[in-house]
This record gives sequence, C-alpha cells and structure tokens, in this order.
Amino acid sequence: MSETQLIFQLSHPGRSATSQAPKALSDDKLSAIPAHLRRKQKPALPEVSEMQVVRHYTNLSSKNFAIDKQFYPLGSCTMKYNPRGANRAAMLPGFLNRHPLAPESHSQGFLSCMFELQNFLKEVTGMKGVSLAPMAGAQGEFAGVAMIRAYHEARGDEARTEILIPEAAHGTNPATAVMCGYKVREVPVGKDGDVDLEALKEACGPQTAGLMMTNPSTCGVFERQIEAISKAVHEAGGLLYYDGANLNAILGKVRPGDMGFDVIHMNLHKTFATPHGGGGPGAGPVGVSERLLPYLPTPMAGQRDDGSYHWVDSDTLDTSIGHLSAFMGNAGVLLRAYFYARSLGREGMIRVGEFSTLAANYLLKRLEAVGCTAAYPDRRASHEFILTFAKEAKELGVTAMDIAKRLLDYNQHAPTTYFPLLVPECFLIEPTETESKEALDEFVDAMAAILEEARSEPDMVKEAPFTQPVRRLDDVKAARELDLTWTD
Amino acid sequence: MSEIPAELRYAASHEWAKNDDGVVTVGITEHAQDAMGDLVYVELPEVGQVLAAGDEAGVVESVKAASDIYAPVSGEVIEINEALEDEPELVNNVPYEGGWLFKIQMSEAGDLDNLLTADQYQAQIESE
Amino acid sequence: MPYIPHTPDDVRAMLDAIGADSIEDLFDEIPAHLKAAGKLDALPEGLSEMDVTRLMNERAAMDAGAVSFIGAGAYQHHIPAAVWEIATRGEFYTAYTPYQAEASQGTLQVIYEFQTLMTRLTAMDVSNASVYDGASGLAEAVLMSLRANRKSKSRKVLVPAALNPRYTSATQAIVENQDVALETVPFCQEKGQTLVDSLKPHEGEDFAALVISQPNYFGSLEEVDALTDWAHANGMLVIAVVNPTAMALITPPGEWGAEGADIVVGEGQPLGVPLSSGGPYFGFMCCKQKYVRQMPGRIIGRTVDMEGKQGFTLTLQAREQHIRRSKATSNICTNQGLAMTAATIYTSLLGPDGLTNVAAHSHANTQALADKLTAIDGVERAFVAPTFHEVVLTLPKPADQVLVALAEKDVLGGVSLANDYGMANAILVNATEVHSEQDLQLFEQALKEVLA
Repeated sequence: MSETQLIFQLSHPGRSATSQAPKALSDDKLSAIPAHLRRKQKPALPEVSEMQVVRHYTNLSSKNFAIDKQFYPLGSCTMKYNPRGANRAAMLPGFLNRHPLAPESHSQGFLSCMFELQNFLKEVTGMKGVSLAPMAGAQGEFAGVAMIRAYHEARGDEARTEILIPEAAHGTNPATAVMCGYKVREVPVGKDGDVDLEALKEACGPQTAGLMMTNPSTCGVFERQIEAISKAVHEAGGLLYYDGANLNAILGKVRPGDMGFDVIHMNLHKTFATPHGGGGPGAGPVGVSERLLPYLPTPMAGQRDDGSYHWVDSDTLDTSIGHLSAFMGNAGVLLRAYFYARSLGREGMIRVGEFSTLAANYLLKRLEAVGCTAAYPDRRASHEFILTFAKEAKELGVTAMDIAKRLLDYNQHAPTTYFPLLVPECFLIEPTETESKEALDEFVDAMAAILEEARSEPDMVKEAPFTQPVRRLDDVKAARELDLTWTD
Repeated sequence: MSEIPAELRYAASHEWAKNDDGVVTVGITEHAQDAMGDLVYVELPEVGQVLAAGDEAGVVESVKAASDIYAPVSGEVIEINEALEDEPELVNNVPYEGGWLFKIQMSEAGDLDNLLTADQYQAQIESE
Repeated sequence: MPYIPHTPDDVRAMLDAIGADSIEDLFDEIPAHLKAAGKLDALPEGLSEMDVTRLMNERAAMDAGAVSFIGAGAYQHHIPAAVWEIATRGEFYTAYTPYQAEASQGTLQVIYEFQTLMTRLTAMDVSNASVYDGASGLAEAVLMSLRANRKSKSRKVLVPAALNPRYTSATQAIVENQDVALETVPFCQEKGQTLVDSLKPHEGEDFAALVISQPNYFGSLEEVDALTDWAHANGMLVIAVVNPTAMALITPPGEWGAEGADIVVGEGQPLGVPLSSGGPYFGFMCCKQKYVRQMPGRIIGRTVDMEGKQGFTLTLQAREQHIRRSKATSNICTNQGLAMTAATIYTSLLGPDGLTNVAAHSHANTQALADKLTAIDGVERAFVAPTFHEVVLTLPKPADQVLVALAEKDVLGGVSLANDYGMANAILVNATEVHSEQDLQLFEQALKEVLA
C-alpha cells in the first residue's frame, strides 16, 4: 500500500468545499468585535475540495484493522460485534439534536431511555444504584474511588490513606487511586492466578480505604477466594471496588453485588457492545451498594410518581461527588448501550457470559493442542486466558511481540501483549461470544503456522509484518525526535 | 556480562556513585541501561535541590518503560548533565562517562559506606 | 440468539474439544451460591432490531420539534453529511486504540492531522489526541499546570467566576481529591468581563496558573492580552479555555500577550459533533513544546519504518498509566477517537474560509437576535463588553418562568442564570449560522407574547 499524503499536502490556496459553509459576510457585520481581539491571519487549515476530503479519509480508513474486518482477540478489551442498529438508533434526529440543557419537557424520550438503562445495569450487576455519568472506564474508576473517599470522610474516618491493588491489575487502577489522593499498596498474586490471601490479610488495616480488583482477574481466571477477600477487606473497614473490565465473562451468571462489592464500574464499550472508535468514546457507568448511594456522580435520571422523568442533580443530591463532565457524559454511547440491552433482554444477557466463556475455553484447548503454553493450565479460562511464549523467546529468540506482528500477516489482529506484567512474554486472548467457531479455528491455524515458522525461519518472524501499510516503526526515533505536527 | 568498575560504589536501585573530595557524580549502571533499552528521555533534578539519600532525583525513560532515579547520597545538587537533554543515548553508550546524570555536594560522608561495592553489586544482579 | 453465531452442533463440538459436558460446567470454579440464576427476572425480554428501532424512534420523536437558542458550552452548527458517513465507517467505528501501529495507520494519521489542525487553530506548539470533554479537559489542565509550573509551590489555581460554571464544578470534583484549591476571581458586573483590577489582590501570591476563558460563559470577549501578561508577571502559567469556532475570528491563545498562553483546552463539539444530549464530545488540549511531557493523554508522532517509509505511532507513552501506573500524568487511557475523527474531517472540509464564515454568521446572527429581543420593552443586554456568539439578556420577569412559557411554544430560549449567578431575570442566548431569519422572528414573537 502506498504512503497516503497528509491532508495538508493536498491543500491549494483558494480551493474550498464551497457548499459546506455560509457565504462570506462583509466586515461591517463584525464591527462589534474590537480590532485588537481579531485574529490577524487566518488559521492554516487545508484548502481542499469536498471529494478530496472524502477520498482522503476513506483511504485512511482502509489502513485500519477493525472488528468489521478482522478477528480482534484483544484480552480485556472485549472486541465483540458492534450492532449497526444501535448506531442508527443513537443517530436519530430527535436524539442528535437534543441540547444537553433542553428542559425536561423536551427530554422525556431521552430521559426514559437513561432511566431504564440505569435499571437494567442495576439489575444485571446486583447493585442498588447506578449513575451513567462517567465518560470512560478510567473515569468510572475515578468516580468509584472518589465515592469510597467521600464515604470514609463523611464518617470522619480520615486515617484511611491506602488503596490495595493486586499486582496483576490494569495500570489505570493505581493511577486512579493516586488521582483520588490515595497511596497504592500492591498485593501479590499466587502461582494459580488467585490473590495471595495471607498477604492481603496482612496488608489490611486501619489505613485501608479499599481494594480494587477485577473478577475474573486480569490473569483470565475467576478469583475463587472472592468471599474471603471481601470479608478481610470489610472487617478492616475498607470497601471493595469492582473493575468491570472483565464483566463480559460473568454477565448474567454472577453479579458483582452478590460477591460483596460495594462499588463497580462497567465498560459499556466492552460489555454492552458500543464501538471502540479507534480509542473512544467509551462510557463507564458506576453502580453502588446501599451505603454509597448518597455519593453517586450526577446527573442521573429519576422518575416521578406520575411516570414522568426528571434529572437528579447535585442540587437535590448534595452529598454527590459531583459532575465529571460539563453535561451528562457520553450520552450517545449510552443510547447505543440501551439499544443493545433491549435487543438482548434477559436471556440474551445470560448468554453473553456463557458463550464468551465457551469460546475462550475452546480456543485455549485448541491452542494448547497445537503447541502453545498456557500460563494457568490447571484453571478454567474465564472469557479470556493467557499464553506465555517464554520458551520460544529463550530457545528461538522469537518473542511474543514477534508473534503478534506476524499474526497481522495472517489477517488476525494480535491479542493483548505483555499484559499482565507478571507473566513473561505473554498474550492475553479474549475471543468474545460473537465470533464463529470457524473464526476461532482460523486463528488456531494461524498460530500453529507461526509456531512452525518460529522454528524454521525465526529471522523472518522477527521482521514481521510484511503485508501492512508500514513495516515495524522506529519508536525510538519517534520519542527522541518528537514530530507531533505537520510543517508545510 | 556488563561492566562494573571496581572503583565505584553502587545503590541496589542500580545507580553508581563516584566520590571526588565530597562531590559525588551519579549515573546508572551499564546493567540498568541495558535492561531499559534505548533511552529517549532523562529527567534530572534542579541545580540547588537538596536531596536525602534514597530520595527520587529523576527519571529515565525508554519507549516502553520509565524508571525512577534515586539519590545514592544526601546533599545538594550542584551540576546536571545538560548534554542528556539532546542526547539521552549517552547513558546507553557511555554510562560511566559522558552518560553521568548529576553531581551532589555530599552532606553526610557516611552515606557512601551504605552503598554496595562492585562485588556486592555484581552478586545482586546475578541473584535477580 | 442476538449476535451469537453458534449452532447446537458447534456448541457440542466445542464442548467436546474442551472435555466438558455442558456450558454450565465451565463455571464450576464459581461457588454455586454466588450464581445469579433467577435473579434477573426484572430484565425485559429481548427485542428484534425492528422492535427496538420502533421504540427508540418513538422516544427520539418525543424530544424533537423545538427551535433552540441554548448554547452554554454546546452549539448547533451545520454538519456536512460526509463527516459522520466517514467517521462511522466500520474501519474507524470498530477499530481499537492503535496499539498495533502497523495495523492502525489510518487512525494514527488522522490523529496526527488532528493534532496539527488544533495547533494551527490555537497557535500552539503541540496537541494531544483529545480528552473526554472541555470541562474534564480543564481539570486535566489544572493538574498539568501544577506539574509544569516548577516554581510554584502552592496547589492553587485562579479561576474566573465568568468561566462556564459547569467547567468549574467538574474541575472542582476532579481535582479536590488531590488537595488542589480553585480560587474564584469575580467579574465586572457592568462589563461582564474579568478585569485585571480584580486580580490585583493576588499580586505576588503563589498560584500555579490563571484560567482565562475566551469567550467567557456570558459570551463576552475578555481582554486576554492584559490578563495573560499579568499572570506571567506574577509567576503563573496561563490556561486558556477557548471556543474552537471563535478561533477563526479571534486572536488565538498562542498569541495572547507577550508570551502567549501555556496550556489551551476547550470543548471540541462545535467542530462537527452533534449536540447529542451532551456527548460524546471531545476536549482538545494543546500546550507549549516545553510542557509536552507534562501533558496527559495520547500523543502521536511521525517516524519511519525499518525501510525508511513514513509512519505514525503512539509516542511519549512513558507518561501514561499503562507504563507509569501510579506515577502517570493521569489515569486517562482513551481519547474520544470517533468524535475527534469527525472533527478532523469537519475542519478539513470547512477550511480557513469556511470556518471563518461559520464564526462570522454565528456572531452576526447573535447580534441580530439580541437587537430584535432588546427592542422588546424591558429586555436589555446585561453587559456592555463585546460578545462572540452568545449574549446575556435581562428580562422584566423571572427567567425560569419565562423559559418554561417559551418552551410551551416550542422555543427553547436559552439558559437561566438564576441558579448559577443569582441573576434571577437573566438568560444566556445563542444563535449560530443554522438559525434563519424566521427562527429569530419566531423567538422574538414568542418572547413578546410571554412578556405581554
């Protein structure tokens, strides 16, 4: 594939997409703006025709892998099918043109969807209240830990300065704890992928504000001691935070609320099939147990006795941790999740956990059969699992990164690599419930072929990929000689 | 096998220290730069900053990792290696010479005795 | 089974390969009493695409039909058809974060172009790939200013009262856990501007930064040069909060005062993103080159591949949470990719003249609207400062009451300033290029009737 020029290189002075903007106004219409506040030179935006723009960005799009084109088994990212119907519904003019500050009289349709979505999420997670406000998983985490802090502060319990986090956790967990003013203490994970319970008990104390964890964990296994963990943290006076990154594994099968979690966030761009959009937007609603209800972030949707809907905002819930965005978060993403929840319904949601787990366990067994090494061979996979290529790296000099890059040549997106950090040379693989058996089998065939290549032509694998728009990039040059904007 | 000059002292966190009449030059070891890979940025303390042994004094960054630098001895920072701003690769290429990080006017001479000898540091990295 | 492809034969074959009798067996590590069986009865039955679409059509229709003059941080603009047709192509819509650079050159190049566009609009050196929205972007900017201003030892930032109050409250909610204090600077009641005089009491005090909003919440244009120079003279950084459409007409923050603003954030929604009940929007964030390592969020760099061919890749990742963990610049790990993609297409389509014309018509239409409305008895401009595309009007009746009455006539007549500023009779109104002369007359007529 050829190098695509930058949009700036297509620019010609005086060219424009004339149908896209109103005609020029005479300068006297701008006389109310004082001259010293006026921009002296027009911004150097591209001067291009409408078709040039359409062709340029359509061509760029073709340089991406995407779920709509490829199997995309990124662990902990839940790259499932994003229903097109959800996109169309969220883009209906009534939703698209609604101003976020439109009065309730002109917002009943939108509010009704949000109110119902809150209830669905409450039900399926076993929590007592849900706020849809956080705009991403990381912001959901922030809201959750901020609520834990608000809870302790309201009780005058200010000695709690520490958040416990298993060492396998996502980087957002410790980063979030720090954003909420806490110190982080990491808890070791045992050889079977479960938390080291004795170490956890020792770490718990009057300084413990809470524990953040995922379950199934980032090791791709269900944390079997969850009730003992919950007891230890609660007895120490801490609260239990559920990172919903892996909720897809247990949707409809186990509810975080029933496991003893006090606060959770959900990633709707994972579990509820809203698109990842090349890196966002997502949505990270939070759910809470009874004792954290007063602190939920605003605004939320409420319902009056007469059936009409209204906003619940910080003026009526003054204990709330407040607003996390100018308005109410990523509303359009929430509408897509609402569509998905309605189309799945009760039975559909139960099947998510079941079939994502079936797909992962099947893929794991088949990959083991073609010579891959499981990190936790004695455990059931959850909706994802870990392979380690430590042996290949040592004996053949072929690393997990090399295998990942070679997969691209087989038209398979690479799994998550080098995460969690505690397993060397690893892949974290999550196939999701929406991939057919044939798609899983094709991935197995590709992996088998690459393992063979790693033995017979290791140097070739180390130089992969060969079929993509670019070869491996010089990341060191990118970081040392920063080039972050185009200069004409 | 990475080079570990016998005349230097070492911190367990992989800094080396060289004492010239109370002025201690600090860098990271060849072993440490090798583990980090190509460095792309080095963040140094400010001249005049007073550090206690074990305080965070800077950060070295590669493309995929970042690692804190700790002051091996207490004292005031009197000079930093400004060449690293444009050439962080000096730390990779000549870690014990042109890739030094900063100099401290040592306030507690005893701090040096708490550091490892070359042999002890060698033993530590072998056990890692 | 919606979206699940497996036939009973597939399931059997898969279970056989696993060596399990049933799907339920795969959950045998989970304590039985924790299972959710029977606890989901309150969830409704699933619906077909046709049925959900019908349902959501009905809901959407309930909210349609009014003519709106609400701005207050989110603005109606014409969005060219091509923008979302392209942004929602599956290749953009269903791609993940571009961690595998070789298979993500489309998204990566779009971000690089976006970064360039934003720096050109704001006259700044560098831009990130966007953050969640303008308000949370300001929170990130405040935290960034504490890291970037090494001379300041305080954890305090000066924030004008004339800043969008939703930005202030979101920023407060996000930074307060790190013991950061926001101190308010009052505005001039006559002009509706933040005056250097009201900063004087803070002369010589230690603040990490001064926030300057251009235009401010009231639509007023601030005297940004004087404010910027005052902040720099007092050892503070300048955080600019700007409207991107206005940038086509108004001096960009990189040119404010002698040295320019240090950090720039703003709501990107006006650049091709629909109102959509408040999101997804995107926050843009730019800064001077020397502060780039303190900037949160994703940043894309241009480099070469092993054959010397141009390519794009995530860079400066050592700032980010997946590497730095508890020492990261922020916990943010996404950008608002899709909205940012739309904005890149929008800005390219409009070009310098198109965006200038949109800004000019928005300004002129708002002036025309204000002229019409202030011709009504008892309706007046609240402030004398020049405005961009929003203006505060005082009414002879309580604003909340008037807005309800207007809404009954399907005119959404702006935002009341009663709650946020105690200005019981004041409304904030906006018009843009999408408002026709008839729209303006409709508002005028409705307000006349309501005030009669």
